[in-house]
Amino acid sequence: MRLRNLLKIAIKSLTRNRMRSLLTSLGVIIGVGAVIVMVAIGQGAQADIEAQITSLGANMVMIFPGSSWSRGVSHGAGSQNRLTLDDADAIRERATLVTAVSTEVRVNAQIIGGDSNWNTSIQGVDPEYQEIRDWYTVSGEFFTERDVRAKAKVAVLGKTVADNLFPGSDPVGERIRIRNTPFKVVGVLEAKGQSAYGSDRDDVVMVPSTTALYRLAGGRYISRIFASAVSIEVSGAAEEELTAILREEHNLEPGEEDDFRVRSQAEFLETATETSRVMTLLLGAVAAVSLVVGGIGIMNIMLVSVTERTREIGIRLAVGARGSDVLVQFLTEAVVLALVGGTVGILLAVGVSVFLDRVVGMTTIISPAIVALAFCFSGAVGVFFGYYPARKAARLNPIDALRYE
Amino acid sequence: MSAVIEASGISKIYQMGEVEVHALRGVDLTVEDGEFISIMGASGSGKSTLMNVLGCLDHPTSGEYLLNGRDVSELNPNEFAEVRNTRIGFVFQVFNLLPRTTALDNVELPLLYDRTRRIEDPRAEAVAALERVGLRDRITHEPNQLSGGERQRVAIARALVNRPSIILADEPTGNLDSVMSLEIMELFGELNAQGITIIIVTHEHDIAEVTRRIIEMKDGAIIRDAVNVGGR
Ligand SMILES: Nc1ncnc2c1ncn2[C@@H]1O[C@H](COP(=O)(O)OP(=O)(O)OP(=O)(O)O)[C@@H](O)[C@H]1O
Ligand SMILES: [Mg+2]
Repeated sequence: MRLRNLLKIAIKSLTRNRMRSLLTSLGVIIGVGAVIVMVAIGQGAQADIEAQITSLGANMVMIFPGSSWSRGVSHGAGSQNRLTLDDADAIRERATLVTAVSTEVRVNAQIIGGDSNWNTSIQGVDPEYQEIRDWYTVSGEFFTERDVRAKAKVAVLGKTVADNLFPGSDPVGERIRIRNTPFKVVGVLEAKGQSAYGSDRDDVVMVPSTTALYRLAGGRYISRIFASAVSIEVSGAAEEELTAILREEHNLEPGEEDDFRVRSQAEFLETATETSRVMTLLLGAVAAVSLVVGGIGIMNIMLVSVTERTREIGIRLAVGARGSDVLVQFLTEAVVLALVGGTVGILLAVGVSVFLDRVVGMTTIISPAIVALAFCFSGAVGVFFGYYPARKAARLNPIDALRYE
Repeated sequence: MSAVIEASGISKIYQMGEVEVHALRGVDLTVEDGEFISIMGASGSGKSTLMNVLGCLDHPTSGEYLLNGRDVSELNPNEFAEVRNTRIGFVFQVFNLLPRTTALDNVELPLLYDRTRRIEDPRAEAVAALERVGLRDRITHEPNQLSGGERQRVAIARALVNRPSIILADEPTGNLDSVMSLEIMELFGELNAQGITIIIVTHEHDIAEVTRRIIEMKDGAIIRDAVNVGGR
């Protein structure tokens, strides 16, 4: 029998039961729609995280104190399990694969300014920090190399701190007190917003690294060293170079463990991407389950339909249909149901994704591959779950089918 | 004249658990081309069983059945389907039309399953068949919008549409009143006059009187087979 006739017969019997066909398709509509929307949300989140990490400076390389396996535990005499300003200077002098180097000294402190006080994180950094993190002032100026050398009592405020201490006015030129030491505000940083992990990156005050180390922390050790690799491609090589320099600085013998850790932003990017990819996969898998449930719905209806239409099958066989004609008819019906459901599901999912993106403000990315996959899968659902009922119909003997009550 | 149906020693046994029901006990029947035959007999005498075997809707338990000289008792299911599709038109007492489907679509049905020829315009052939049964103006009606007599005409048009040489009708007038019954018999008479071999099963003598040959069955066997001089 020609394909056109087959489609004609299948569509005729589906439209004869419009409501039931619609309800049957609903399972597939929801299944396909859920898969596409879930994956679109997952991929959107992935893109968001990537963009955010890249905005921190994709070339950035960070050095943390302490070996990866014995954090904070001091080794034998002579082992200097810490980072110092000298380490940063050594890198500045000898490293060839990095363009900018900055130390970071973190201190939590109460600050007083204007009429209020505020508890925030103080970061002692060097001017290169701006370039490394791509983070500049919107008002006033960042402090300079000379301020660092002079341990100057100058501060640059993050947006949140500025808004809280000096609401509605420009704090540049104002005075604040950090741990009772007076500081002059020289600049305000541009807003960075939330970090990928949800903390407020603008809740910060930056002061020269030496000021933070000697006037606020009162110690020798710094929290981190930041550097910018010449390009993202050499960030791996830059990591190795920095490791070699620091091992030499720290007088480590070959075979001895590093007493610091070097990490590049590229690595963070990889881990974060991997994490969100797993999440996308998980969301997709959960949604796929609903697609299978939709398929079982089709099978259920087709089985009922075979029983209910036994007489019709008998009539078709009596006028000369082969068993295979009946098989193909029922299979076609199942596949048409599934594909119509799949198509509507895709349209619906695109609508929902666009709505989430434009109106709700949630990044969603619809990948054509997933749409194609969902469409093919819904067809496969039709064939798979339609086959058993169809075969049942095809095996009927014409006279038994006609006599069926 | 040549024989279109040559059946010999046809028997059909239904196995009902322990009990064997002998629906047909060695029926011999020869039908010449162009005959118009009625089969009569008490309820349960095996008339429908015989018609189903002759119509290739069912296999006999034993016996030989030659249709147009070809042994059909050993055909495979697909060849069986082809015989039903192209050689024999079957008409049922309960019409057996597809519900919620127009007369035209019902009549077109056998053409959709025909693999033996290329059908240029199945619609036109279906309309022509409906014209032959006098239903030109009812082609878009669905079964529930037609009278019993009209439904049976649609069923006859469906039996006719693929130009079979034989039409088998199992109590075609069983669900119709006497006026409509005679109209249907009139139609069968016309089709027979156009050369189609027709066998009908009936309980009514005045229906059987229309045909030229009357066969009577009892307990799965033919007990009388006579020419009806008054028939056409
Ligand atoms: N599928 C079946 N299974 C078991 N026995 C059957 C079956 N079909 C028919 N029979 C039996 O075969 C016998 C002949 O049945 P058949 O239907 O041929 O009779 P009939 O002459 O057509 O009767 P009626 O005039 O009532 O239609 C009956 O005794 C019936 O009970
Ligand atoms: Mg009967």
